Amino acid sequence: MSDTHAQTVAYVRETMLEPQAPPVTVVGPIGWAKTNLFSSRLNTVITLIALAFVYLVLSILLPWAFHNTWSATSLRDCREMTGTDHGAACWGVIRDRWQQILFGNYPVDLRWRPILDLVLLLVALAPILFSNVPRKLLWFSAAYPFIMPWLIWGGSVWVPVMAAVGFILGYLFLKFGEKALGSLFAMIGAVVVAIVWWLFFLGPVSDIFASILPIGLEKLGSSRDIGGLMLAFVIGVVAIGLSLPIGIVLALGRQSDLLIVKTLCVGFIEFIRGVPLITLLFVASTLLNIFMPPGTNFDIVLRVIIMVTLFSSAYMAEVIRGGLAALPKGQYEGGDSLGLNYWQAQRLIIMPQALKISIPGIVSTFIGLFKDTTLVSIIGLLDPIGWATAIRADTDWIGILWELYAFIALLFFIICFGMSRYSMYLERKLKTSH
Amino acid sequence: MTTITDPPKESFRLSMLLYDTRYRSMTIQVIALIGFSAAVWWLVGNTIQNMNALGKDLSFNFLGEPAGYDINQRLIEYTSQSTHFRAAIVGVLNTLVIAVLGCALATVLGIVIGVLRLSNNWIVSRIMTVYVEMFRNVPVLLWIVLAMAILIETLPAPRDYKGDDATASMFLESVAVTNRGIFIPGPSFSNGFANSTISWLLVVGVLVASILAIRYVRAQATKKQEATGVRPTTWYLQLGLLVVPVSIVCIAMGLFWTSPELKGFNFKGGIHLRNSLIALWLALSLYTAAFIAENVRAGIMAISKGQSEAAGALGLRPNRIMSLVVLPQALRVIIPPLISQYLNLTKNSSLAIAVGYMDITGTLMGISLNQTGRELETLLLGMLIYLTISLLISAAMNVYNSRMQLMER
Repeated sequence: MSDTHAQTVAYVRETMLEPQAPPVTVVGPIGWAKTNLFSSRLNTVITLIALAFVYLVLSILLPWAFHNTWSATSLRDCREMTGTDHGAACWGVIRDRWQQILFGNYPVDLRWRPILDLVLLLVALAPILFSNVPRKLLWFSAAYPFIMPWLIWGGSVWVPVMAAVGFILGYLFLKFGEKALGSLFAMIGAVVVAIVWWLFFLGPVSDIFASILPIGLEKLGSSRDIGGLMLAFVIGVVAIGLSLPIGIVLALGRQSDLLIVKTLCVGFIEFIRGVPLITLLFVASTLLNIFMPPGTNFDIVLRVIIMVTLFSSAYMAEVIRGGLAALPKGQYEGGDSLGLNYWQAQRLIIMPQALKISIPGIVSTFIGLFKDTTLVSIIGLLDPIGWATAIRADTDWIGILWELYAFIALLFFIICFGMSRYSMYLERKLKTSH
Repeated sequence: MTTITDPPKESFRLSMLLYDTRYRSMTIQVIALIGFSAAVWWLVGNTIQNMNALGKDLSFNFLGEPAGYDINQRLIEYTSQSTHFRAAIVGVLNTLVIAVLGCALATVLGIVIGVLRLSNNWIVSRIMTVYVEMFRNVPVLLWIVLAMAILIETLPAPRDYKGDDATASMFLESVAVTNRGIFIPGPSFSNGFANSTISWLLVVGVLVASILAIRYVRAQATKKQEATGVRPTTWYLQLGLLVVPVSIVCIAMGLFWTSPELKGFNFKGGIHLRNSLIALWLALSLYTAAFIAENVRAGIMAISKGQSEAAGALGLRPNRIMSLVVLPQALRVIIPPLISQYLNLTKNSSLAIAVGYMDITGTLMGISLNQTGRELETLLLGMLIYLTISLLISAAMNVYNSRMQLMER
């Protein structure tokens, strides 16, 4: 080519310098602190104030909490142990009374039943909550609603079995009657068959079976023995389980074109959402028996469960309606153009998407419902808060305050926080957008 | 030859009720209506039968009978000789008091916490996260009961203020914080109207008139700004309009403050804020603030960063960016859930019965129910009252929503 490079080059670097590490003030803990805590003069002041606040809280909380007072049998005992009147936690009350806060007055020798119930609940929930669990377990999930009340209340095994038979009869009627009667009449017929079975045949048939094969658990003396966190669980789980399907039906009713159906659903939803839960619980405790045929006297826990279920299904309906409204119209039209009928379109196209959109709302309704179970203490059922009041009136523990409520708050916090974290996990898992 | 003939007229068959879409919806609705009527018929029939068996009838006459119980917090005249109806009114007013107080405090706290949770200061946002999770995941009833217990058990008793070796002292000689409630100075008029309510109404009326005048001043300022591009300074005029007329009225009627004084075993005079009110107020506000904080956070996060950057590029100052660009858009997202939180707070205020605050649940659905034994009537009335309040609030929300809706073309 040319000889421009004829003379030798004096120096050419053959190896590149190692890249320098960024200054310590930009990366690592110091850099992090600089950007997140001390980015400006104002921020530094705020950080220092916040640190002082945290120190203040911890300096009160930690010395208060860490005392070995587990063996105390009364508040006086505690004060002798720690040597101070105030400023020392008395954990003896938790050791002394945790059984009542968790189980209420449930007979001690029967406590394996609610515990087993809880374990079975987790087993039954596993296939619903997590997709990598064997699908066969869903059959157990379907059976759980019948096992659960039986384990809690006891009695003959034939009652829950025959209650399940009602569902099976309805299903069979729907399956075989559809050809002959058409879907609408088959569905109405199935509901009628099931209701007739429960009203008129359930009792006698299960009595007959019980006299032939008397299998059963010891019957619980009174529902008022169910108390503490267990009561919150019983009401919460049953109401959550029932309110979702009822809520879906109500939401569909509210979205439908049928004027009368829509009016009924709107009226129900708006009425329930307009009144506080406590008034509905008053209805449960004083009025519900008046609405029933003369002579009926059913259980207070059952009455509460009915009202709580009605209450939360109205909220559930609104959440699901939000999900339905958020779906683009094309999804409905797409379902129609595929030739699906209303229920097929709902089941295959609309509901899966609408429910997915409404997951955060559904879970926060569940959390609200579980927290609202504490309201039963106002109508005299002994849930954890009811027990706290009772324990604080006990001569041994008069003056106890923080320990008891902290323990109960922790129980609720763990459950509710767990639910909200699960909903976040589910949202992430079901997310299909980018 | 072709002729156009009408398609053959279908005669009506019974099966068309089910398979013809023209009639099917009618059929379903009629069935639904029949089912609903049957259910109502059944419930009403049962109720009548049961009421007859108990020897009761449906009558609201009890509302005119003397209630026979005292209510410790009342905004209107009420004695134990007053009627159940008046007791219910006192209860409604107490419900409204706690609802308004609670909503105000919860909004302030919620906005502060929601904004701080978005702070880029790590430790501040963490503290706020802890607050929100702590309050959201624990039942509100527990907070209410706990707040009440704390007030009763940790605050000094009135007798601690007594004598030379008093262990507690009044704040600024006028506020006493005791385990029976907080006593603060109360205003009264020395030469106002004989009926003090009229005097207060006059003050409120003057205040409302001042606010209307201020709005007029602002509107004029905006008009001038739009015409000339320069906004006249009006803040001193606004401040004067707000303060001067009310002060004149108050001074004319001889406003003076009575401080609480320790007499016997308790404080007398001034305004007595009862423990039940304070516990309920604090617990409801702190609890609802956690939810409002989440709504505020979501609202601010919904406004894309480009909006404030674009406003900055137009040369707006940071506070103008906030008030003219970010807030109007964020409010559209924040207000609807905010109002439903107000609704929740109002309904949760019915938990007042747990601490003995005499709201509508405590008077009409509590003591009146127990004394007259008229469960059906009292509960119906009570529900109706709550329903009215709720519907009014949600009607306000709908009006707001339709006004603020984005005008899409």
